[in-house]
Amino acid sequence: MVGAACALYAARAGLDVILVDRGPVAGGTTGAGEGNLLVSDKEPGPELDLALLSGRLWADLAGELGEAVEYEAKGGVVVASSPGGLAALERFAEEQRTAGVVARTVVGDELYDLEPHLAPGLPGAVHYPQDCQVMPALAAAHLVRASGARLLTGRTVTDVLLTPDGAVRGVRTDQGDIHTPVVVNAAGTWGSELAALAGTRLPVLPRRGFVLVTEPLPRMVRHKVYAADYVADVASDSAALQTSPVVEGTAAGPVLIGASRERVGFDRSFSLPVVRSLAAGATRLFPFLSDVRAMRAYLGFRPYMPDHLPAIGPDPRVPGLHHACGHEGAGIGLATGTGHLIAQALTAKAPDLDLSPFRPDRFPVAEESA
Amino acid sequence: MTEQPHLAVIGAGPAGLAATVAAASHGVRVTLIDSAPEAGGQFYRQPAAELRARRPQALHHEWRTWERLRDGLRTHVQAGAVRHFTDHHVWYVDRRDTRFTVHALFGPEQEEPVEVRADAVLLATGGYEKVLPFPGWTLPGVVTAGGAQAMLKGTLAVSGRTAVVAGTGPLLLPVATGLAAAGVEVAALVESADPKDFVRRTRALAAQPGKVAEGAQYAAQLLRHRVRTLVHHTVVEAHGAERLEAVTVAALDADGRVRPGTERRIPCDTLAVGHGMLPHTDLAETLGCRLDGLDVHVDDEQRTDVPGVWAAGETTGIGGSALSLAEGHIAGRSAAARLHGTEPDPGEWAAAAKSRSRLRAFFAAIDSVYAPPAHWTEQITDDTVVCRCEEVTGGAIREAVGELGAGDARTVKLLTRAGMGWCQGRVCGPAVAGLAGCELTPSRRPFARPVPLGVLAAAGEPEDD
Repeated sequence: MVGAACALYAARAGLDVILVDRGPVAGGTTGAGEGNLLVSDKEPGPELDLALLSGRLWADLAGELGEAVEYEAKGGVVVASSPGGLAALERFAEEQRTAGVVARTVVGDELYDLEPHLAPGLPGAVHYPQDCQVMPALAAAHLVRASGARLLTGRTVTDVLLTPDGAVRGVRTDQGDIHTPVVVNAAGTWGSELAALAGTRLPVLPRRGFVLVTEPLPRMVRHKVYAADYVADVASDSAALQTSPVVEGTAAGPVLIGASRERVGFDRSFSLPVVRSLAAGATRLFPFLSDVRAMRAYLGFRPYMPDHLPAIGPDPRVPGLHHACGHEGAGIGLATGTGHLIAQALTAKAPDLDLSPFRPDRFPVAEESA
Repeated sequence: MTEQPHLAVIGAGPAGLAATVAAASHGVRVTLIDSAPEAGGQFYRQPAAELRARRPQALHHEWRTWERLRDGLRTHVQAGAVRHFTDHHVWYVDRRDTRFTVHALFGPEQEEPVEVRADAVLLATGGYEKVLPFPGWTLPGVVTAGGAQAMLKGTLAVSGRTAVVAGTGPLLLPVATGLAAAGVEVAALVESADPKDFVRRTRALAAQPGKVAEGAQYAAQLLRHRVRTLVHHTVVEAHGAERLEAVTVAALDADGRVRPGTERRIPCDTLAVGHGMLPHTDLAETLGCRLDGLDVHVDDEQRTDVPGVWAAGETTGIGGSALSLAEGHIAGRSAAARLHGTEPDPGEWAAAAKSRSRLRAFFAAIDSVYAPPAHWTEQITDDTVVCRCEEVTGGAIREAVGELGAGDARTVKLLTRAGMGWCQGRVCGPAVAGLAGCELTPSRRPFARPVPLGVLAAAGEPEDD
C-alpha cells in the first residue's frame, strides 16, 4: 500500500516511476490488513500529525476512487468497559483534540444510537468521526493503476546497485537491472532486507496479527468499534501475545474482527488461542456475534519498529535511497501522507511535516539488536 | 496409562471405515467422526432408511466389501471399541505436542460444539468434485456429476427426463449408466479426453484387469441404453430461460480448442457435469502437514510428516474406493501398532500394499488421460459467473489479472471477492486459478467449515489435567 501511494504521489509530482514487487499487488501485509485509516488510536505527536495529513489526502482520493476502494468515512467508537476506563479515555481524547482530532464523549442512549447492538450497560465511549476505512488490496491496486507507473510484479530485487562513492544507481532484479538514481524502500515488513541490500540498516521486525472474518451480514456494526485497551496494546513494546477486540462491518457485508499482536517472527501457523480470544473479545462487545459464523481467519505481519514510528525520507547513509516503511499496523492509513512526503522529498520541496522523527538513521546500533 | 490408546478417525467413507475396523481390531479405541447421518461416505452413500430400498446394491458395485465393513463397524461399536459420531462436522483439529483435540459441530444447524480428545488422528476426509464454469452453468437443471450420482444413491430418484452427462473423468461412466438404468434418457455422454491417449497408456491400464472389466461393463451398459458417446468433445454452453432446456456441444481440435462449425444443440432438462475430483485437505493443512501439490503427503505407512497424524483415501490423492480401502487398512494397522509403542510389520498388510501400488499407478495413468480441454478458460465469457457465492464474473477476474496486477488466485480473491463466500473457493478455485494463468494451489482455510463465534470463543478451553 505504501509503495502504491509513493508511486502515485511521485508520478503526480512529475517523476517517471517503476514499481517492483516480488509478488503480486498487495501480496504482503496490505492483503492481510483491515484497511484502517485511524486517528483515534494515536497520541499527539508525529504519528498523529501524519495520520491527520493522510486522512485529508485519503478524503481527496476518495473523490476520484472512493467507490472502487470501498472508502467509508464511518467513524470510530472507542468503548470503555468501566467508569474509570471512560475517564482515562476522555483524558486521552482531550489531548488528541489539541492536535486537531475531533473526539466526542458519548454515554447512555447516545452510545446505543451510534451502535445499537453493543452489549448493554457499557459506561460510555468516545466517538471519532475522522476514522475511516478502505478495502486495502483494492486501494493498493487502484492507486497503482491511477499512478500510471510501470508495474513489474513477480520480480524480486536481489541487490541495490551503488556507484563507487556509495550512491544509488539502480537495482538488480532476478529479471535484469533497472537503472535509476533514486530507490524508495517500500518493502514493509521486509524493509530491513532491502536496506541490507543497500548496505545499510533499518530495524523492521514482524509483529503478527490475526483477523477473523464472519459470514456476510446486513449492517449491524456501523463504526469501527474497539475496546479502550487497544490503544495501550498498539503502543506496547511487548513481544508477548496481546489481543483487544476491534470490530467493524465492511461494505461487502462480512464483519472483521481483530486485533492480536505478538512477536513470533514470520511464523505462519494458525493459533487457536489467539483467534479464540479475538472471538471472545468481539462477542463481549457485541453479544449478537455469538451466533454469527466465522468463515475464515487470516494472518499478517505488521512492520514493527522499536519506537513505533515509520521510517520516511532520505537515508543520509546511502545517497539516493529513501525509506517508506515500518508503519506497523497503520500502513494503509498512513500510506497517503507517506507517499506525499516522499514525493516532496524526491522533488526537493519543503515537506508538509517535519521528517526528523521519521529519520531512517535514528536508531543506535545497540537498540537494533535488542 | 492403563487406558487403551485412542485414535480419532475423521471421515466414514471407505478409507475411514477400513482404518477404523483395522485399528479397532488391534486394540485401539476409535472415535469415528463423520458429517453424514450414516457411515459409507460418498461412495457407499445409503438410500435414506425410510425409502426402504429393496435392492440398494443395484446402485453400487463392491457391495460385499461394504457389507463386511458395515458389519465390522457394527461389531466394534457394540463391543464398545468404537464410538461412531454421525452428523458431526469437524471444523478444526488442534495439536498440542502429542495430544489432539478434534473440534466438531453437531446437529442439523451445526451449532452444538463437540470436542474429542485423542492420542492420534487419522484424516480420511475424502475429496470433492471439481466443476469448471461455462456459460449457463448456473442454470437450474445443471448439476454436478457426483451430485447426480448422490441423488441416485440417496433418494433413488432423479428429477430429469433427458440428460446429458459431460466433462471428463472416470466418474462420468457410472453416472451415465446409473441415470440410464433409472429410466432417464441419456442424450449424450460428452467426454473431453482424447481416446488416443488411452491407447498410449494401455500398459498401466492393462495392469488393472478389474478396472478394465469395470470399464467394459459400463461400455456394454451404455450400448444397451443406446447412449451416444462423444469423445474429445465439450459443452460450450447451457441454454434456457428459467431452467435448462438444451446444451451446445462441440468437438475439440488437437490443441484442445473448440473446432469452429462443429457445434450442435442437444435438447435436455438435466446436465450432469464434472471435471474430476479434488482432495479435502483443510484439516491437514492447518495441522501443518506437508502437501505434495494438492495431496497430503504420506509415507509407506500412511503417516503424514506431523507426528501422530495419519491420512488415507482421497485426501492423499484421488484414486477411488478400492485404493481408499487399501490405504485406510494400512493406516489403521500402522496407527494401532505405533499407538501401542511397537514398530509395525508391513508384512502384515502386504496384500493391501500391493493393491495400493497398482491402483496408484493406474490412477496416475487415468489422471494423465482425463483432462479438461487445454483451452477451457476461453469458453468462460466475460459475463459468465465464475464465483457463485459472491457472483463474480469472468470479466471481473480478467480485469483484476489484466489491469490491477493480480498474478495469483489469492490476489484475485482480494480484488474481486471470488472465493470469499460460503464455499470459500472450493468450487471456483480451479476456474480462478485458470483465469489467473497459474496452478491451483492449496488455499489455507484454518476453519474446515464456518464456526459460530460463540463456539470459537470457548473452543479448547484449558483442560483440568
